Amino acid sequence: MRTPVTVKLFAGLGPKGWFAVALAALVGWVLVPMAHLLLPEGHPLHVSTYAITLIGKILCYAVVAVAMDLIWGFGGILSLGHGVFFALGGYSFGMYLMRQIGREGSYQSDLPDFMVFLDWKELPWYWSGSDHFLWALFLAVAVPGLIAWIFGYFAFRSRIKGVYFSIITQALTYAAMLFFFRNETGFGGNNGFTDFKRILGYSITAPETRLVLFGLSVALLLGALILGRVLIASKFGKVLTAIRDSESRVMFIGYNPLHYKLFIWTLSAMLCGLAGALYVPQVGIINPSEMSVANSIEIAIWVAVGGRGTLIGPVLGAGIVNLSKSWFTTSFPEYWLFFLGLLFILVTLYLPQGVVGAWAKLRSRKAVAPAAPALAPSVKAVAATEPELPAGSAAKGASA
Amino acid sequence: MRRFLISLGLALSLCASGAWADADPVALKALASDDFDARLGAIATLVAAGDADARRILTALSDDALAVAGERVVIVAGEQVLDAATGAAIKPAPASPESISLNNSLRQQVNSALAALRLLSDDRAERLASAKSLLSDMGEGATLLPLLDKALKQEQDGEIKPILVQLRAQASLASPDAALRLQAVKDLSNSASPAVKALLLGLLEKQGDTFVEPDEKVRAEAQFAVKAIDSRLVWSDLSGRLFTGVSLGSILLLAALGLAITYGVMGVINMAHGELLMVGAYSAYAMQGLFRSHLPDYVDYYVVAAVPVAFFAAALVGMAMERTVIRHLYGRPLETLLATWGLSLVLIQAARLLFGAQNVEVANPAWMSGGLQLADNLSLPWNRLVIVAFSGFVLLLVWLMMNKTRLGMFVRAVTQNRPMAGCVGVPTARIDTLAFGIGSGIAGLGGVALSQIANVGPDMGQGYIVDSFMVVVLGGVGQLAGAVWAALGLGVVTKFLEGWAGAVIAKILVLVFIIVFIQKRPQGLFALKGRFVE
Repeated sequence: MRTPVTVKLFAGLGPKGWFAVALAALVGWVLVPMAHLLLPEGHPLHVSTYAITLIGKILCYAVVAVAMDLIWGFGGILSLGHGVFFALGGYSFGMYLMRQIGREGSYQSDLPDFMVFLDWKELPWYWSGSDHFLWALFLAVAVPGLIAWIFGYFAFRSRIKGVYFSIITQALTYAAMLFFFRNETGFGGNNGFTDFKRILGYSITAPETRLVLFGLSVALLLGALILGRVLIASKFGKVLTAIRDSESRVMFIGYNPLHYKLFIWTLSAMLCGLAGALYVPQVGIINPSEMSVANSIEIAIWVAVGGRGTLIGPVLGAGIVNLSKSWFTTSFPEYWLFFLGLLFILVTLYLPQGVVGAWAKLRSRKAVAPAAPALAPSVKAVAATEPELPAGSAAKGASA
Repeated sequence: MRRFLISLGLALSLCASGAWADADPVALKALASDDFDARLGAIATLVAAGDADARRILTALSDDALAVAGERVVIVAGEQVLDAATGAAIKPAPASPESISLNNSLRQQVNSALAALRLLSDDRAERLASAKSLLSDMGEGATLLPLLDKALKQEQDGEIKPILVQLRAQASLASPDAALRLQAVKDLSNSASPAVKALLLGLLEKQGDTFVEPDEKVRAEAQFAVKAIDSRLVWSDLSGRLFTGVSLGSILLLAALGLAITYGVMGVINMAHGELLMVGAYSAYAMQGLFRSHLPDYVDYYVVAAVPVAFFAAALVGMAMERTVIRHLYGRPLETLLATWGLSLVLIQAARLLFGAQNVEVANPAWMSGGLQLADNLSLPWNRLVIVAFSGFVLLLVWLMMNKTRLGMFVRAVTQNRPMAGCVGVPTARIDTLAFGIGSGIAGLGGVALSQIANVGPDMGQGYIVDSFMVVVLGGVGQLAGAVWAALGLGVVTKFLEGWAGAVIAKILVLVFIIVFIQKRPQGLFALKGRFVE
C-alpha cells in the first residue's frame, strides 16, 4: 500500500525537525517584524532596515545554496551555471517590476527608460504579459526550468558528467552573460533593471513591503528545506544518491539515471528562479554581472563551506560566506578576494565535508572511541566516489 | 558655374604660365578677394605654375603668413616682410599688413595643392607620401589636373606611377569633358580600393531627378568598374578575415597549449590557468620597465628577454601551486576545480596589490608596430604576424619536448599508466610537478604574446579561461593535434561569424556550437582510442 503524501511529509522531518521549522517560522514571521516595527531605533534589539535587507538577501542565497546542494551534494553534479537560473528568475520578475514603474521613469513613457533610450517604439514580444504579477512569477519559475530541462536533457542523455558537465555549464553561463550585456537583447544591457517603485501597487521601499518580502524569503527557504528533506528520504532520493556514488552500477541494475538527474536538475533550477524573483525586489537591482562565471562558482563554495550532502549545511555556508563578504567589503575591501580564495583552497583541502561535517566528526570523536565515527561512512562515500574524469584521463583514474 | 570658372582660370593660366618669371601680382591679388571662385582660380593658377614661387606662396597661405599691404601681396616672416611675387624683402616694411584668412574648404584646397606640388620633388619618399595623402583626400581635383599630368610625365618609379594614374583618373572625374571622364572611369576600374568604389558609386547616385553623372556611357562604365572592384575586394576581404581568424586562433592556441598539458595530459582542472597568462603578461611589463630604466638602447628587444622570464615566472608559480594544493587533490577533479579557482582569486588580488587595479601599458617594440600592406584594404599588423609565428614555434617546442625528450616520454608514460610507470622507476610525483610547471610556463609564454595585443590587467586571465577550456574540450582531451585544429578552427569560425552577426552573437553561437558538438562527440575531435567504462 502507498503511504499518503501527508504522512510521508510528516514522517520525513520528525518531531525535532518540525520543531526547528516552527521556531524558524516564528522568528522570521513574528519576532523579526516586531523587533523592526515596534522597537525604537536606538533599542539594542531593534532590527534595522539594512539588517532586514541583508538577511533577506542571504535567505535568497541560502535557497540557491540548497538548490545547488540537491544536485551537487546528492546528485554529484557540480553546476557552474546556477547563477544564470537565479538571474533568469530575477530578470523575469524584474520585468514586472519595471512595468510597475509606469510613467514615473525619467522619460515619463509607458516603456521602461532603457527602451526609450534605445529609441524603441513598443515592447518586444517577450515582454508581453509582463505587467501581470502572476505571469511574471510563472515566468520566473518556468524560464529557468525550461532552459534547465532542455540543456539537461541533451547533456545527461549523452552522459556528460563530472568536470565536463561543470565546464560546459560554465560556458553556458558565459554565453548567457554576454547575451544579457547586449543592449539589443531588451533587458537593459549592462545597467539591467533598477529604480523599482512598486510591487502589486505597494511602495517597494515601505517597511511593511520589505517585511512581507522577508517573510516570503523565510517561507521559501523553509519550503525548500522541507521539500529537500522529503525528496532525499524518499526512494527517489536513494536512487539519486546511488547514481552519485556509482552511476554505471545503477544503470546495470536497470534504472535509467537520465530521468532522476533531469528531474532534480530542473527542480533545482526552478528553485533558483524563485529565489531570484524574491531577491530582486529586496535588493532593488538586477544586472548581467549576476550571471558572471565568478558568481556561479561562489555558489559552490557556499555549499562546500557548509557541508555537501546535508540540507542545513548550505544554509549555514551561504550565511557564513555572505556575512563575511559584507563585513570584509566594508572593512577590508582589498583582502576580500584573498579571504575568498583561501576559503576555496582550505575548505577543499581540509574541510571536505564543510562545517557540518567537521562538527559531526568532533562530536562523534567525543562520544565514541576514535575509530568508526557515526558520519564517517557517508563522508568517505562522497570523497571516494567523486565522478571520474571522462575518457582521456580514465587511465589516470585507475590509480584512485 | 564654378566648374566653368575654374576651367577658365586654368585655361588662362596655362596660356600664361610659360611667360611667367615671377608670380603675377594681379593674380596674387585675387587670393585676397572676397569671391570664393576667384580665390580658387588664383590657387589653380599657382598650382599650374608649379614652380618654387608658387610653392612659397601656397606654403605661406597655408601658414596664415600671407597678407595684403596696400596694393601688394606680402609674406610676413617674423620681423621681415617679403614681396610674395618676387620673394625679395621689402624695406621699409609696410605698416599693418592685413592677413589673408582661409575658410575650411579653401584651406583643404591649398593643402592638397601643396601636396600635389610635392609630387614634383626629387625625394622619392616625399613623392610617395604626398601621392598617398592625395589618394585619401584630394579636394577639388580638377585644379590639380595639369600638375598631375606634369608629374606623371616625369615619374619613373614603379610604385608611385600607378598611384598617379589613379589620382589623375580621380581628378578628371570632375572634368567637364565626357570622354575624359569615361577614360578616367576605365582607369579606375583597375583599382582595388574601397575609396575608389565609393567614388564611383557616388557617380551613380541621383541628386533629385538627375544623375550626378550626366553621361549615360560613363554611368554604364562606372557600373562595370564597381563590379570589377567588388570582385577584387571580396578576395582581399576574405583573406583579411582568414588572417584575423588565424591570428585569434594562434592566441587561443597559446592560451590552450598549456592547458592541453595540465588538463589534457594530467587531468588537472586548472581554473587558475588564465592567471598564469596574467603572470606572463606582467613579466613582459616588468621586463619593459627594467629595459627602460637600465638598457634604454635595447628597449626594442625587451620582448625577446621577456620570453624566458615569463616562462620561468609562470612555471615557478605553477609548480608552487602543484606542490602546495593540487598534489593533494589528484583524482578529485571537482575539488581541484574549486581549489584552483580559489588560487586564481588569490593571484588576481596579488596582482592588484603589486601592480595596481588599473591596466598597465605594455608598448609594442618598434619592429612589431605597423603592418605589412598586401593590398589597399588588406594590411597585416606585424605584431599579429609575429604572434602567429611565435605560437608555431611554441607548438614545435612542445611537440619536441613531448615526443623527443626523456621528460616527455616520462610524462606520456605516467599519463598512460601511472602505477606501471612508477614500477619501472619513473619518479611520478616529480614528473607531475615538472609537467605542471611546463604547462604553466607555456601559459606564461602565451601571456607575453597577449601583452602585445590586449590589455594587461589583473582580470585579463578571466576572459581566456572559458575559451581555452573550450579549445581543449573541442580538440579532445590529451591531444596536442586536437588542440591545434580546435584553436585555429574556433578562431577562423569566430571571425567569420563576427563579420556576419557581430562579436557577441558570434561568441554565443560558437559556445552553443561547442555545447551541441560535445553532445555528439563527448570525446572531442580527436579521441584516444580505447575502451573506458566511465
